[in-house]
Amino acid sequence: MSREQKDHILNFLEKGIRFDGRKLDEYRPIKVEKGFSGNAEGSAKVSIGDTEVLAGVKMSIMEPYPDTPNEGTMMINVELLPLSNPDFEPGPPGIQSIEIARVVDRGIRESGAIDTKKLCIKKGEKVWSVIIDVCPINDDGNLFDASALAVVAALQDAKFPSYDGKVIDYKKKTKESLPLKKLPVSCTVIKIDNHFIVDPTYEEEEKVESRLTVEVEEDGTLCALQKGGDKPLTAEDIDKMVGIGIEKSKELKKFL
Amino acid sequence: MAYTKRNDGRKFDEIRPTEAKAGIIKRADGSAYFKMGKTVAYAAVYGPREIHPKFLQNPKEGKLRCYYNMMPFSSVGDRVRPGANRRAKEIAMVTEKAILPVVDLTEFPNSVVDVFIELPQTDAGTRCAGICAASMALADAGIPMKDMVAAVSIGRVDDKLVVDIDYSEESYEDGTVADIPMAVISRTGEISLLQMDGNLSRDDLKKAIEMAKKACSEIDKIQRDTLKKKYEVKK
Repeated sequence: MSREQKDHILNFLEKGIRFDGRKLDEYRPIKVEKGFSGNAEGSAKVSIGDTEVLAGVKMSIMEPYPDTPNEGTMMINVELLPLSNPDFEPGPPGIQSIEIARVVDRGIRESGAIDTKKLCIKKGEKVWSVIIDVCPINDDGNLFDASALAVVAALQDAKFPSYDGKVIDYKKKTKESLPLKKLPVSCTVIKIDNHFIVDPTYEEEEKVESRLTVEVEEDGTLCALQKGGDKPLTAEDIDKMVGIGIEKSKELKKFL
Repeated sequence: MAYTKRNDGRKFDEIRPTEAKAGIIKRADGSAYFKMGKTVAYAAVYGPREIHPKFLQNPKEGKLRCYYNMMPFSSVGDRVRPGANRRAKEIAMVTEKAILPVVDLTEFPNSVVDVFIELPQTDAGTRCAGICAASMALADAGIPMKDMVAAVSIGRVDDKLVVDIDYSEESYEDGTVADIPMAVISRTGEISLLQMDGNLSRDDLKKAIEMAKKACSEIDKIQRDTLKKKYEVKK
Protein backbone atom coordinates (compact mmCIF):
# COMPACT_ATOMS: atom_id res chain seq x y z
CA MET A 1 0.00 0.00 0.00
CA SER A 2 1.30 3.45 -0.88
CA ARG A 3 2.09 6.00 1.78
CA GLU A 4 -0.52 8.35 0.31
CA GLN A 5 -3.19 5.74 0.78
CA LYS A 6 -2.07 5.13 4.36
CA ASP A 7 -2.15 8.81 5.18
CA HIS A 8 -5.53 9.04 3.58
CA ILE A 9 -6.95 6.24 5.72
CA LEU A 10 -5.44 7.83 8.84
CA ASN A 11 -6.91 11.25 8.01
CA PHE A 12 -10.29 9.66 7.69
CA LEU A 13 -9.97 7.71 10.96
CA GLU A 14 -8.93 10.93 12.69
CA LYS A 15 -12.36 12.29 11.76
CA GLY A 16 -14.05 9.14 12.98
CA ILE A 17 -15.13 7.86 9.58
CA ARG A 18 -13.92 5.28 7.08
CA PHE A 19 -13.55 5.05 3.30
CA ASP A 20 -16.95 3.48 2.95
CA GLY A 21 -18.61 5.97 5.29
CA ARG A 22 -18.94 3.60 8.24
CA LYS A 23 -18.30 4.50 11.85
CA LEU A 24 -15.21 2.93 13.42
CA ASP A 25 -17.20 0.34 15.34
CA GLU A 26 -19.70 -0.42 12.62
CA TYR A 27 -19.97 -3.70 10.70
CA ARG A 28 -20.92 -3.82 7.05
CA PRO A 29 -24.33 -5.36 6.29
CA ILE A 30 -24.35 -9.02 7.36
CA LYS A 31 -26.33 -11.80 5.71
CA VAL A 32 -26.53 -15.40 6.88
CA GLU A 33 -28.16 -17.95 4.60
CA LYS A 34 -28.40 -21.44 6.02
CA GLY A 35 -28.69 -24.59 3.94
CA PHE A 36 -27.44 -23.51 0.50
CA SER A 37 -26.32 -27.06 -0.22
CA GLY A 38 -28.31 -30.26 -0.19
CA ASN A 39 -25.21 -32.45 -0.34
CA ALA A 40 -23.50 -31.30 2.83
CA GLU A 41 -25.00 -32.36 6.16
CA GLY A 42 -25.18 -28.69 7.05
CA SER A 43 -24.21 -25.51 5.22
CA ALA A 44 -24.25 -21.76 5.44
CA LYS A 45 -23.34 -18.81 3.27
CA VAL A 46 -22.30 -15.68 5.11
CA SER A 47 -21.62 -12.31 3.64
CA ILE A 48 -20.25 -9.27 5.42
CA GLY A 49 -20.30 -6.46 2.89
CA ASP A 50 -18.55 -7.83 -0.19
CA THR A 51 -16.83 -10.59 1.76
CA GLU A 52 -18.55 -13.89 1.17
CA VAL A 53 -17.76 -17.30 2.66
CA LEU A 54 -19.30 -20.74 2.43
CA ALA A 55 -19.13 -23.32 5.20
CA GLY A 56 -20.18 -26.94 4.95
CA VAL A 57 -20.45 -29.73 7.50
CA LYS A 58 -19.58 -33.32 6.64
CA MET A 59 -20.20 -36.11 9.12
CA SER A 60 -18.84 -39.62 9.26
CA ILE A 61 -18.22 -42.37 11.78
CA MET A 62 -14.78 -43.14 13.13
CA GLU A 63 -12.96 -44.73 16.02
CA PRO A 64 -12.55 -42.24 18.90
CA TYR A 65 -9.16 -40.99 20.00
CA PRO A 66 -7.76 -43.15 22.82
CA ASP A 67 -7.75 -40.30 25.35
CA THR A 68 -11.42 -39.43 24.73
CA PRO A 69 -13.09 -42.82 24.10
CA ASN A 70 -16.61 -41.50 24.70
CA GLU A 71 -16.43 -38.28 22.70
CA GLY A 72 -17.00 -37.49 19.06
CA THR A 73 -14.47 -35.43 17.15
CA MET A 74 -14.58 -32.08 15.42
CA MET A 75 -12.28 -30.44 12.93
CA ILE A 76 -12.34 -27.08 11.21
CA ASN A 77 -10.50 -26.44 8.00
CA VAL A 78 -10.20 -23.22 6.03
CA GLU A 79 -9.33 -23.27 2.34
CA LEU A 80 -8.23 -19.85 1.16
CA LEU A 81 -9.32 -20.37 -2.42
CA PRO A 82 -7.29 -18.53 -5.05
CA LEU A 83 -10.66 -17.71 -6.59
CA SER A 84 -11.42 -15.29 -3.77
CA ASN A 85 -8.32 -13.12 -3.71
CA PRO A 86 -5.57 -12.38 -6.28
CA ASP A 87 -2.90 -12.98 -3.63
CA PHE A 88 -4.02 -16.48 -2.67
CA GLU A 89 -2.19 -19.24 -4.47
CA PRO A 90 -3.21 -22.82 -5.17
CA GLY A 91 -1.49 -25.43 -3.04
CA PRO A 92 -1.44 -26.70 0.51
CA PRO A 93 -2.85 -24.41 3.22
CA GLY A 94 -0.57 -21.53 4.10
CA ILE A 95 -0.12 -20.01 7.53
CA GLN A 96 -2.96 -17.54 7.01
CA SER A 97 -5.58 -20.23 6.47
CA ILE A 98 -4.16 -22.36 9.27
CA GLU A 99 -4.41 -19.44 11.67
CA ILE A 100 -8.04 -18.69 10.80
CA ALA A 101 -8.96 -22.36 11.05
CA ARG A 102 -7.27 -22.80 14.40
CA VAL A 103 -8.74 -19.66 15.94
CA VAL A 104 -12.27 -20.55 14.80
CA ASP A 105 -11.65 -24.12 15.99
CA ARG A 106 -10.66 -22.89 19.44
CA GLY A 107 -13.78 -20.76 19.70
CA ILE A 108 -15.98 -23.79 19.01
CA ARG A 109 -13.92 -26.25 21.06
CA GLU A 110 -13.25 -24.17 24.15
CA SER A 111 -16.77 -22.83 24.44
CA GLY A 112 -17.97 -26.42 24.34
CA ALA A 113 -20.30 -25.42 21.51
CA ILE A 114 -20.74 -29.04 20.43
CA ASP A 115 -21.62 -31.57 23.09
CA THR A 116 -19.08 -34.11 21.88
CA LYS A 117 -20.17 -36.71 24.44
CA LYS A 118 -23.49 -36.92 22.62
CA LEU A 119 -21.60 -37.77 19.44
CA CYS A 120 -20.53 -41.08 20.94
CA ILE A 121 -22.24 -44.12 19.42
CA LYS A 122 -20.31 -46.86 21.21
CA LYS A 123 -17.64 -46.04 23.75
CA GLY A 124 -14.14 -46.73 22.49
CA GLU A 125 -15.40 -47.99 19.15
CA LYS A 126 -17.63 -45.64 17.20
CA VAL A 127 -18.15 -41.92 17.38
CA TRP A 128 -19.39 -39.27 14.97
CA SER A 129 -16.76 -37.09 13.39
CA VAL A 130 -17.82 -33.60 12.36
CA ILE A 131 -15.69 -31.75 9.84
CA ILE A 132 -16.48 -28.18 8.91
CA ASP A 133 -14.80 -26.71 5.86
CA VAL A 134 -14.79 -22.99 5.17
CA CYS A 135 -14.29 -21.68 1.63
CA PRO A 136 -14.24 -17.96 0.91
CA ILE A 137 -15.75 -16.91 -2.43
CA ASN A 138 -14.72 -13.27 -2.20
CA ASP A 139 -12.23 -11.87 0.29
CA ASP A 140 -12.93 -8.23 1.02
CA GLY A 141 -11.47 -8.43 4.50
CA ASN A 142 -12.43 -9.85 7.88
CA LEU A 143 -12.36 -13.52 6.97
CA PHE A 144 -11.94 -14.29 10.70
CA ASP A 145 -15.38 -13.11 11.74
CA ALA A 146 -17.11 -14.25 8.55
CA SER A 147 -15.63 -17.75 8.90
CA ALA A 148 -16.58 -18.04 12.57
CA LEU A 149 -20.13 -16.96 11.84
CA ALA A 150 -20.42 -19.34 8.87
CA VAL A 151 -19.15 -22.29 10.92
CA VAL A 152 -21.69 -21.82 13.70
CA ALA A 153 -24.52 -21.23 11.20
CA ALA A 154 -23.57 -24.39 9.29
CA LEU A 155 -23.48 -26.37 12.55
CA GLN A 156 -26.95 -25.09 13.38
CA ASP A 157 -28.17 -26.16 9.96
CA ALA A 158 -26.64 -29.66 10.17
CA LYS A 159 -28.77 -32.79 10.40
CA PHE A 160 -27.47 -36.28 11.11
CA PRO A 161 -27.57 -38.60 8.08
CA SER A 162 -29.50 -41.78 8.66
CA TYR A 163 -27.47 -44.58 10.23
CA ASP A 164 -28.72 -48.13 10.73
CA GLY A 165 -25.90 -49.29 12.98
CA LYS A 166 -23.80 -50.49 10.05
CA VAL A 167 -23.75 -48.00 7.19
CA ILE A 168 -24.56 -44.34 6.80
CA ASP A 169 -27.14 -43.43 4.17
CA TYR A 170 -26.09 -39.92 3.21
CA LYS A 171 -29.08 -39.53 0.92
CA LYS A 172 -31.42 -39.69 3.87
CA LYS A 173 -31.13 -36.94 6.41
CA THR A 174 -32.77 -37.40 9.78
CA LYS A 175 -34.52 -34.58 11.60
CA GLU A 176 -31.96 -34.72 14.36
CA SER A 177 -29.74 -31.64 14.72
CA LEU A 178 -26.25 -31.56 16.18
CA PRO A 179 -26.11 -31.26 19.97
CA LEU A 180 -25.17 -27.58 20.30
CA LYS A 181 -24.74 -26.07 23.74
CA LYS A 182 -23.25 -22.68 22.97
CA LEU A 183 -23.13 -20.29 20.06
CA PRO A 184 -19.80 -18.47 20.17
CA VAL A 185 -19.25 -15.52 17.86
CA SER A 186 -16.04 -13.85 16.80
CA CYS A 187 -15.28 -10.15 16.71
CA THR A 188 -11.93 -9.00 15.41
CA VAL A 189 -10.81 -5.56 16.56
CA ILE A 190 -8.09 -3.78 14.62
CA LYS A 191 -5.71 -1.15 15.86
CA ILE A 192 -4.43 1.42 13.37
CA ASP A 193 -2.44 4.26 14.95
CA ASN A 194 -4.56 5.04 18.01
CA HIS A 195 -7.83 4.03 16.45
CA PHE A 196 -9.81 0.88 17.04
CA ILE A 197 -11.98 -0.39 14.24
CA VAL A 198 -14.03 -3.52 13.61
CA ASP A 199 -14.76 -5.41 10.41
CA PRO A 200 -11.87 -4.14 8.27
CA THR A 201 -12.18 -4.16 4.49
CA TYR A 202 -9.33 -5.61 2.49
CA GLU A 203 -7.85 -2.15 2.03
CA GLU A 204 -7.91 -1.50 5.75
CA GLU A 205 -6.47 -4.91 6.57
CA GLU A 206 -3.32 -4.04 4.65
CA LYS A 207 -2.80 -1.21 7.10
CA VAL A 208 -3.32 -3.22 10.29
CA GLU A 209 -0.72 -2.66 12.98
CA SER A 210 -2.24 -5.10 15.41
CA ARG A 211 -5.44 -7.03 15.72
CA LEU A 212 -7.21 -8.96 18.42
CA THR A 213 -9.75 -11.63 17.61
CA VAL A 214 -12.16 -12.03 20.49
CA GLU A 215 -14.46 -15.07 20.55
CA VAL A 216 -17.35 -14.61 22.94
CA GLU A 217 -20.09 -16.89 24.29
CA GLU A 218 -23.69 -15.70 24.67
CA ASP A 219 -23.15 -14.56 28.27
CA GLY A 220 -20.07 -12.52 27.45
CA THR A 221 -17.52 -15.14 28.56
CA LEU A 222 -14.43 -15.15 26.39
CA CYS A 223 -13.67 -18.49 24.77
CA ALA A 224 -10.73 -17.71 22.49
CA LEU A 225 -8.34 -14.87 21.85
CA GLN A 226 -5.73 -14.32 19.20
CA LYS A 227 -3.47 -11.34 18.87
CA GLY A 228 -2.11 -10.71 15.42
CA GLY A 229 -0.27 -7.99 13.55
CA ASP A 230 3.30 -6.83 13.90
CA LYS A 231 2.95 -4.29 16.70
CA PRO A 232 2.46 -5.00 20.42
CA LEU A 233 -0.56 -3.92 22.47
CA THR A 234 -0.70 -2.32 25.91
CA ALA A 235 -2.89 -3.71 28.69
CA GLU A 236 -5.25 -0.75 28.21
CA ASP A 237 -5.46 -1.44 24.48
CA ILE A 238 -6.39 -5.05 25.16
CA ASP A 239 -9.05 -4.08 27.69
CA LYS A 240 -10.61 -1.64 25.23
CA MET A 241 -10.49 -4.12 22.36
CA VAL A 242 -12.04 -6.90 24.42
CA GLY A 243 -14.75 -4.44 25.49
CA ILE A 244 -15.53 -3.62 21.86
CA GLY A 245 -15.49 -7.33 21.02
CA ILE A 246 -17.99 -8.24 23.72
CA GLU A 247 -20.25 -5.33 22.78
CA LYS A 248 -20.23 -6.17 19.07
CA SER A 249 -20.71 -9.88 19.67
CA LYS A 250 -24.23 -9.11 20.88
CA GLU A 251 -25.07 -7.72 17.43
CA LEU A 252 -23.47 -10.61 15.60
CA LYS A 253 -25.31 -13.19 17.67
CA LYS A 254 -28.60 -11.94 16.27
CA PHE A 255 -27.71 -13.35 12.86
CA LEU A 256 -27.53 -16.94 14.16
CA MET B 1 -36.33 -52.83 -18.76
CA ALA B 2 -35.67 -49.85 -20.96
CA TYR B 3 -35.16 -46.36 -19.65
CA THR B 4 -38.50 -44.86 -20.63
CA LYS B 5 -38.89 -41.93 -18.29
CA ARG B 6 -36.15 -39.73 -16.81
CA ASN B 7 -35.74 -39.82 -13.04
CA ASP B 8 -36.50 -36.13 -12.66
CA GLY B 9 -39.23 -36.08 -15.32
CA ARG B 10 -37.26 -34.13 -17.92
CA LYS B 11 -37.60 -34.73 -21.65
CA PHE B 12 -34.67 -36.70 -23.10
CA ASP B 13 -33.32 -33.62 -24.85
CA GLU B 14 -33.98 -31.19 -22.02
CA ILE B 15 -31.24 -29.53 -19.94
CA ARG B 16 -31.75 -29.03 -16.22
CA PRO B 17 -33.00 -25.66 -14.92
CA THR B 18 -30.09 -23.31 -15.42
CA GLU B 19 -29.13 -20.13 -13.67
CA ALA B 20 -26.26 -17.83 -14.57
CA LYS B 21 -24.77 -14.69 -13.06
CA ALA B 22 -21.80 -12.58 -14.06
CA GLY B 23 -19.43 -10.48 -11.96
CA ILE B 24 -20.32 -11.94 -8.57
CA ILE B 25 -16.77 -12.06 -7.18
CA LYS B 26 -15.73 -8.47 -6.60
CA ARG B 27 -12.01 -9.00 -6.18
CA ALA B 28 -11.63 -10.97 -9.39
CA ASP B 29 -11.03 -9.34 -12.77
CA GLY B 30 -13.97 -11.33 -14.06
CA SER B 31 -16.26 -13.92 -12.56
CA ALA B 32 -19.38 -15.97 -13.09
CA TYR B 33 -21.76 -18.35 -11.38
CA PHE B 34 -23.34 -21.17 -13.33
CA LYS B 35 -25.89 -23.56 -11.93
CA MET B 36 -27.24 -26.59 -13.81
CA GLY B 37 -29.80 -28.39 -11.72
CA LYS B 38 -28.02 -29.09 -8.45
CA THR B 39 -24.53 -28.68 -9.88
CA VAL B 40 -23.11 -25.27 -9.01
CA ALA B 41 -19.90 -23.74 -10.38
CA TYR B 42 -18.12 -20.50 -9.62
CA ALA B 43 -15.37 -19.23 -11.87
CA ALA B 44 -13.00 -16.34 -11.26
CA VAL B 45 -10.48 -14.89 -13.69
CA TYR B 46 -7.32 -13.10 -12.58
CA GLY B 47 -5.08 -11.49 -15.14
CA PRO B 48 -3.43 -10.98 -17.46
CA ARG B 49 -0.81 -10.87 -14.70
CA GLU B 50 2.79 -11.79 -14.15
CA ILE B 51 3.47 -15.50 -14.37
CA HIS B 52 5.30 -17.48 -11.71
CA PRO B 53 7.51 -19.46 -11.94
CA LYS B 54 9.28 -17.25 -14.45
CA PHE B 55 10.42 -20.06 -16.79
CA LEU B 56 6.78 -20.45 -17.88
CA GLN B 57 6.94 -17.06 -19.59
CA ASN B 58 6.23 -17.13 -23.28
CA PRO B 59 7.39 -14.05 -25.18
CA LYS B 60 5.01 -14.84 -28.05
CA GLU B 61 1.73 -14.88 -26.16
CA GLY B 62 0.08 -15.08 -22.79
CA LYS B 63 -0.77 -18.37 -21.12
CA LEU B 64 -4.18 -19.62 -20.08
CA ARG B 65 -4.10 -21.60 -16.84
CA CYS B 66 -7.16 -23.33 -15.40
CA TYR B 67 -7.77 -24.86 -12.00
CA TYR B 68 -10.66 -27.10 -11.00
CA ASN B 69 -11.61 -27.82 -7.41
CA MET B 70 -14.50 -29.48 -5.65
CA MET B 71 -15.18 -27.98 -2.24
CA PRO B 72 -14.74 -30.52 0.58
CA PHE B 73 -18.48 -30.54 1.39
CA SER B 74 -19.70 -30.50 -2.21
CA SER B 75 -20.82 -34.08 -2.67
CA VAL B 76 -23.16 -36.56 -1.06
CA GLY B 77 -21.30 -39.01 1.15
CA ASP B 78 -17.62 -38.75 1.98
CA ARG B 79 -15.88 -35.44 2.35
CA VAL B 80 -13.68 -34.57 -0.63
CA ARG B 81 -10.14 -34.24 0.64
CA PRO B 82 -8.72 -30.80 -0.19
CA GLY B 83 -5.90 -30.48 -2.69
CA ALA B 84 -5.64 -31.31 -6.36
CA ASN B 85 -5.95 -35.04 -7.02
CA ARG B 86 -5.36 -36.74 -10.36
CA ARG B 87 -8.97 -36.28 -11.42
CA ALA B 88 -8.95 -32.54 -10.63
CA LYS B 89 -5.70 -32.05 -12.54
CA GLU B 90 -6.99 -33.85 -15.61
CA ILE B 91 -10.24 -31.90 -15.60
CA ALA B 92 -8.30 -28.65 -15.25
CA MET B 93 -6.24 -29.64 -18.27
CA VAL B 94 -9.19 -30.54 -20.50
CA THR B 95 -10.99 -27.39 -19.37
CA GLU B 96 -8.00 -25.37 -20.51
CA LYS B 97 -8.06 -27.08 -23.91
CA ALA B 98 -11.80 -26.54 -24.19
CA ILE B 99 -11.48 -22.79 -23.75
CA LEU B 100 -8.10 -22.10 -25.37
CA PRO B 101 -9.40 -22.00 -28.98
CA VAL B 102 -11.61 -18.98 -28.26
CA VAL B 103 -9.25 -16.75 -26.26
CA ASP B 104 -6.65 -14.59 -27.91
CA LEU B 105 -3.70 -13.88 -25.62
CA THR B 106 -1.25 -12.64 -28.25
CA GLU B 107 -1.48 -9.16 -26.78
CA PHE B 108 -0.21 -10.35 -23.41
CA PRO B 109 3.23 -11.91 -23.87
CA ASN B 110 4.96 -13.28 -20.76
CA SER B 111 1.70 -13.10 -18.79
CA VAL B 112 -0.86 -15.52 -17.50
CA VAL B 113 -4.62 -15.50 -17.27
CA ASP B 114 -5.66 -17.69 -14.36
CA VAL B 115 -9.11 -19.25 -14.26
CA PHE B 116 -10.22 -20.76 -10.95
CA ILE B 117 -13.26 -23.03 -10.98
CA GLU B 118 -14.85 -24.01 -7.67
CA LEU B 119 -17.73 -26.40 -7.11
CA PRO B 120 -19.68 -25.88 -3.87
CA GLN B 121 -22.32 -28.46 -4.81
CA THR B 122 -22.16 -31.29 -7.31
CA ASP B 123 -24.66 -33.53 -9.08
CA ALA B 124 -22.70 -34.69 -12.16
CA GLY B 125 -21.69 -32.51 -15.09
CA THR B 126 -19.23 -30.50 -13.01
CA ARG B 127 -16.61 -30.02 -15.71
CA CYS B 128 -19.31 -28.78 -18.09
CA ALA B 129 -20.75 -26.33 -15.56
CA GLY B 130 -17.18 -25.23 -14.84
CA ILE B 131 -16.46 -24.57 -18.52
CA CYS B 132 -19.72 -22.61 -18.91
CA ALA B 133 -18.84 -20.46 -15.90
CA ALA B 134 -15.22 -20.02 -17.04
CA SER B 135 -16.23 -18.88 -20.51
CA MET B 136 -18.51 -16.26 -19.00
CA ALA B 137 -15.91 -15.15 -16.46
CA LEU B 138 -13.33 -14.63 -19.22
CA ALA B 139 -15.78 -12.48 -21.14
CA ASP B 140 -16.62 -10.60 -17.94
CA ALA B 141 -12.90 -9.97 -17.40
CA GLY B 142 -12.64 -8.41 -20.85
CA ILE B 143 -10.13 -10.96 -22.15
CA PRO B 144 -10.05 -10.80 -25.98
CA MET B 145 -12.22 -13.65 -27.22
CA LYS B 146 -13.19 -14.83 -30.67
CA ASP B 147 -16.17 -16.75 -29.45
CA MET B 148 -17.86 -18.31 -26.41
CA VAL B 149 -17.83 -21.90 -25.22
CA ALA B 150 -20.75 -23.84 -23.77
CA ALA B 151 -20.59 -27.37 -22.45
CA VAL B 152 -22.98 -30.16 -21.61
CA SER B 153 -22.74 -33.83 -20.82
CA ILE B 154 -24.74 -36.24 -22.96
CA GLY B 155 -25.47 -39.59 -21.43
CA ARG B 156 -26.50 -42.93 -22.75
CA VAL B 157 -28.70 -44.54 -20.14
CA ASP B 158 -29.60 -48.06 -21.19
CA ASP B 159 -31.06 -47.59 -24.69
CA LYS B 160 -31.64 -43.82 -24.52
CA LEU B 161 -29.48 -40.82 -25.19
CA VAL B 162 -30.12 -38.09 -22.66
CA VAL B 163 -29.04 -34.47 -22.52
CA ASP B 164 -27.34 -33.14 -19.38
CA ILE B 165 -27.06 -36.40 -17.46
CA ASP B 166 -27.41 -36.06 -13.68
CA TYR B 167 -25.98 -38.22 -10.92
CA SER B 168 -29.04 -40.42 -10.51
CA GLU B 169 -28.78 -41.32 -14.20
CA GLU B 170 -25.02 -41.80 -14.06
CA SER B 171 -25.60 -44.40 -11.38
CA TYR B 172 -28.51 -46.11 -13.18
CA GLU B 173 -28.45 -49.75 -12.16
CA ASP B 174 -30.85 -51.54 -14.53
CA GLY B 175 -28.61 -51.13 -17.56
CA THR B 176 -25.34 -49.73 -18.82
CA VAL B 177 -24.46 -46.05 -18.89
CA ALA B 178 -22.10 -43.90 -20.91
CA ASP B 179 -21.15 -40.34 -20.06
CA ILE B 180 -19.98 -38.00 -22.84
CA PRO B 181 -19.05 -34.48 -21.73
CA MET B 182 -18.65 -32.10 -24.64
CA ALA B 183 -17.89 -28.43 -25.14
CA VAL B 184 -19.08 -26.60 -28.23
CA ILE B 185 -17.70 -23.37 -29.67
CA SER B 186 -20.81 -21.41 -30.33
CA ARG B 187 -20.48 -19.86 -33.80
CA THR B 188 -18.41 -22.56 -35.50
CA GLY B 189 -20.06 -25.54 -33.83
CA GLU B 190 -16.64 -27.10 -33.30
CA ILE B 191 -16.09 -29.47 -30.40
CA SER B 192 -13.33 -28.44 -27.99
CA LEU B 193 -13.99 -30.99 -25.24
CA LEU B 194 -14.84 -34.59 -25.86
CA GLN B 195 -14.50 -37.36 -23.34
CA MET B 196 -16.40 -40.54 -22.86
CA ASP B 197 -16.58 -43.30 -20.39
CA GLY B 198 -18.79 -46.31 -20.67
CA ASN B 199 -19.46 -47.84 -24.07
CA LEU B 200 -21.09 -46.36 -27.08
CA SER B 201 -21.77 -47.19 -30.72
CA ARG B 202 -20.44 -45.01 -33.52
CA ASP B 203 -24.00 -44.07 -34.48
CA ASP B 204 -24.90 -43.04 -30.95
CA LEU B 205 -21.81 -40.84 -30.81
CA LYS B 206 -22.97 -39.01 -33.94
CA LYS B 207 -26.39 -38.50 -32.41
CA ALA B 208 -24.87 -37.42 -29.10
CA ILE B 209 -22.80 -34.75 -30.82
CA GLU B 210 -25.89 -33.34 -32.53
CA MET B 211 -27.73 -33.33 -29.20
CA ALA B 212 -24.82 -31.56 -27.53
CA LYS B 213 -24.76 -28.89 -30.22
CA LYS B 214 -28.44 -28.19 -29.76
CA ALA B 215 -28.22 -28.09 -25.97
CA CYS B 216 -25.11 -25.91 -26.11
CA SER B 217 -26.85 -23.35 -28.30
CA GLU B 218 -29.50 -23.04 -25.58
CA ILE B 219 -26.80 -22.68 -22.93
CA ASP B 220 -24.93 -20.20 -25.10
CA LYS B 221 -28.02 -18.02 -25.21
CA ILE B 222 -28.27 -18.06 -21.41
CA GLN B 223 -24.58 -17.14 -21.12
CA ARG B 224 -24.82 -14.29 -23.60
CA ASP B 225 -28.06 -12.92 -22.19
CA THR B 226 -26.60 -12.90 -18.69
CA LEU B 227 -23.50 -11.03 -19.84
CA LYS B 228 -25.49 -8.58 -21.94
CA LYS B 229 -27.74 -7.90 -19.00
CA LYS B 230 -24.81 -7.07 -16.79
CA TYR B 231 -23.32 -4.70 -19.32
CA GLU B 232 -26.48 -3.17 -20.70
CA VAL B 233 -26.69 0.60 -20.57
CA LYS B 234 -29.25 1.52 -17.98
CA LYS B 235 -31.51 4.32 -19.11
